[in-house]
Amino acid sequence: MIFNLLVQGLQMMLVVAIAPLLVGVIHKMRARLLRKQGAPLLQPYRDLLRLMKKEVVLAHNASWLFRAVPYMVFAATWVAAALIPTFATGLQFSWSADLIAIVALLGSARFFMALAGMDVGTSFGGIGSSREMMIAALAEPAMMLTVFSLALLAGSTQLSTVTHYLAGSNVGLRVSLGMALVALVIVALAENARIPVDNPSTHLELTMVHEAMVLEYSGRHLAMIELASALKLVLYLSLIVSLFIPFGVAGPGDTIAAHLLAVVYYLIKMLGGALALATFEVSIAKMRVFRIPDLLGAALMLSLLGTLLLFVSRSL
Amino acid sequence: MSAVDLVLTGALLLMALGLSSILFAARPMGSTIVYASAGVLSALVALVGLATLVAGAGAGMNVGASTLWLPIGLPWIGAHFRVDALAAFFVIVVGFGSSIISFYSIGYGRHEHEPWRVLPFYPSFIGAMLLVVIADDAFSFLLSWEVMSLLSWALVLTHHRESAVRSSGLVYLIMAAFGTMSLILAFGLLAGPLGAYDFQSMRASGQTPLVGSVVVILMLLGAGSKAGIVPLHIWLPLAHPAAPSHVSAMMSGIMTKVAIYGFIRVTFDLLGGTSWWMSEIVLAVGAVTAVMGVLYALMQHDLKRLLAYHTVENIGIIFIGLGLAMAFRHYDMNAAAALAMVAALFHIFNHSVFKNLLFLGAGAVQTATGSRDMEKMGGLIHRMPVTSLLFLVASVAISALPPFNGFVSEWLTFQAILLSPDLPDWGLKILTPGVGGMLALAAALAAACFVKVYGVVFLGRARSEVAKTAREVDRWSLATMSVLALVCLLAGVFPGVIIDTLSPVSHALVQATMPVQSADPWMTITPVASGRSSYNGVLVLLFVTMSGFFAAWVIHRFASRSLRRAPAWDCGFELDDPSTQYGAASFAQPIRRTFGTKIFSARESVTMPPPGSTAPAKFSVSLRDPVWDGFFARVSGAVTWLADKANRLQFLTIRQYLSVVFAALVLLLLVLTLWK
Repeated sequence: MIFNLLVQGLQMMLVVAIAPLLVGVIHKMRARLLRKQGAPLLQPYRDLLRLMKKEVVLAHNASWLFRAVPYMVFAATWVAAALIPTFATGLQFSWSADLIAIVALLGSARFFMALAGMDVGTSFGGIGSSREMMIAALAEPAMMLTVFSLALLAGSTQLSTVTHYLAGSNVGLRVSLGMALVALVIVALAENARIPVDNPSTHLELTMVHEAMVLEYSGRHLAMIELASALKLVLYLSLIVSLFIPFGVAGPGDTIAAHLLAVVYYLIKMLGGALALATFEVSIAKMRVFRIPDLLGAALMLSLLGTLLLFVSRSL
Repeated sequence: MSAVDLVLTGALLLMALGLSSILFAARPMGSTIVYASAGVLSALVALVGLATLVAGAGAGMNVGASTLWLPIGLPWIGAHFRVDALAAFFVIVVGFGSSIISFYSIGYGRHEHEPWRVLPFYPSFIGAMLLVVIADDAFSFLLSWEVMSLLSWALVLTHHRESAVRSSGLVYLIMAAFGTMSLILAFGLLAGPLGAYDFQSMRASGQTPLVGSVVVILMLLGAGSKAGIVPLHIWLPLAHPAAPSHVSAMMSGIMTKVAIYGFIRVTFDLLGGTSWWMSEIVLAVGAVTAVMGVLYALMQHDLKRLLAYHTVENIGIIFIGLGLAMAFRHYDMNAAAALAMVAALFHIFNHSVFKNLLFLGAGAVQTATGSRDMEKMGGLIHRMPVTSLLFLVASVAISALPPFNGFVSEWLTFQAILLSPDLPDWGLKILTPGVGGMLALAAALAAACFVKVYGVVFLGRARSEVAKTAREVDRWSLATMSVLALVCLLAGVFPGVIIDTLSPVSHALVQATMPVQSADPWMTITPVASGRSSYNGVLVLLFVTMSGFFAAWVIHRFASRSLRRAPAWDCGFELDDPSTQYGAASFAQPIRRTFGTKIFSARESVTMPPPGSTAPAKFSVSLRDPVWDGFFARVSGAVTWLADKANRLQFLTIRQYLSVVFAALVLLLLVLTLWK
């Protein structure tokens, strides 16, 4: 129990600690693919520190909600990320919320983020919020149906159990898992405001979604939001990695050495995921906003088909 | 006195209170007296219901049903009343909701200009709903049902001088008549040729699956039209907003639940069995209702009408749970049926809590701004801090987000759906994943809708002078809304307590219960088995709060604490006009384009002024209601056409009348001869 608690604590710290690094790696990789030098790997940490030192410039009519939301969003994302079995399945609190609850926690974070976008009463905040909710309205059911596929396969919605099952030898290649993977990747791209759904590096364009929503934030509030977004990226990447490449994850009864090795494996897998994301992003153009429903609709249909296959036969 | 005596006495006292209030309704203290007594009476009745359920849970899940027979009503039946587990649960829903709304009305009712149009009907309406729930024969049930319909109709017509209110009342009356007609047919079938109209004999006489299916369809039409399933929902968004807000809360939060009670009573209790395909129909209707309800809601900019459409959505979610319970019960998967049933009942309770809170909040907003039009509001979080916080709680709860109660019941419904691959029926196997997807879609759209509601009404800048000068409402209203918000939180954090309290109901309906939740450590709920799925509201709330405060502490310890107020940045634009911010219609635009182009034939048109002109450009959106235009408008068109044609009969000469009579006589005789 004490050991599991330690693993849980280490995991919580680890996801926060590597979140800015992951963003740095993606930025660097994208820059190098475009034949640019790129910012140093640790630049996101510096950005966060710089933002924390700056004063907050708050709009005159911003309410208490606007000031509370960065912490609420960060907290909800952090708790959700802490429940993902990144390197070990023996997390002390993994039973307190299953995969559906994790999706819903992220939904809570998004809900409050969108409210904050509406709070100051500017057109940019509104456009960001309304588009974010439109994207979420399609991404969330796709995510939920993906969860269904996994839950039906593993006979559980507990993420640790699902990972444990998928790491086992009797899974093999399945059509439904393939569909779930594609759907989950599309959902992850949409939820993290990556290309082709949104462009995280643009500013001041009418096509942006997430950045428009947080336009009025500054200083420490912005630092919290940036950290929360990085954390969300870590969360989705860890989720994909722990579900579809469960290789090297430490079980509940493993030794300390096995756990440390699992951390190394996890970091390598995350690095691979970051490289894949960077390569994908430089090789594809951003979509028009009203083409996004087509992409997310495809994810929705794929995840539905995957679930349907499992309803028909458990061996598909 | 037994439970049924107490509840019946409470209901009759409420009706007597309504009648006697005619005498003093116009007095200054009249409304306070009526609302306070109604509140106390309904609270007592709710306590009776709660005591019955808790006693049943203690005594091996068997609620000793208390019955009562009175020699009134039809001479050969009399009037039967009964409080069993199901009735006790709905007595709680009706009593608790009504008592909170009544106390709220002590403050809110002061703004009513003509209190005598509300006061006599209001307590009687509560009484009638209680009578529906405890009625134990078809005659008392239908009579109470009709009284309930008519009283609520009278309440809808409180502000009858507005023509929109009158036409809403007419639509409601027609739909209520249609619903009751279906119910009469359903009970007629249940009673059989011998006319056994008491529920005891209906339970005893098993029906054939075919008759059972017809009864379920009739109940779906009759109770469903009252509850608001698509496409019979059309009267809800007209009638619920037309009434004063506390009555809207009653109708939307409570009366729809009484309608669902009727459906559950007949389908799960009175009917022995139904055909396998009935559950599929209920599931499909539930899923379509959930998604259509929330899509309709997204297109609205009238606050109360939007909330009424959300009731439609939640009724859909409840019917999904009920459909799953029917399917599981049909294939003798009793544990799964218990899970689905508890999910539906839990959602019934949750919806009655947060929908009441939302309507009461909307009433507060209406009191403060004098309007229901969201496009005239904005920035109320500064003017009405307490109301805005409480409304936020309800918005999060109805959007099915943790840690509030709406999430738990939807989570249970999802868990029930995940058990459905074990069903042997292929139709259900194909249907349930789709239903699960629709449920998730409805939940996500509901979140979008409540970001819109909250963002447009409470956040942003004030869009009108009234919104700028709005003032917080009275303490009665705030106190009662706080109670509801607290229940939303508590039911979300300690769901195990409620699940255990609901166990006797599921035991009575599907002969099985969910695992006892209070045995789990740390208040975790495990609907099926540990290791399969579990959720712990306490820990989730605790973790999120702790991490939030930890982050805030770290930031305030190590980061810069300086803060400067400045004009909004908005990319350097400086526009003072509050109409530049996003409104209700603009917020919904992405979703309207995505979903509405097909479903609502949404068309946007921009009219630009000619070059050189300084006239403003015009943007307009046209929407078509598929249900109204596609079905009801045609039906009403056909009726009008028929009436026009028949109108000619009014202007015949006496000779022509006589020949018409003669022809009719000959025709009837011919039919009679050919019939043999």
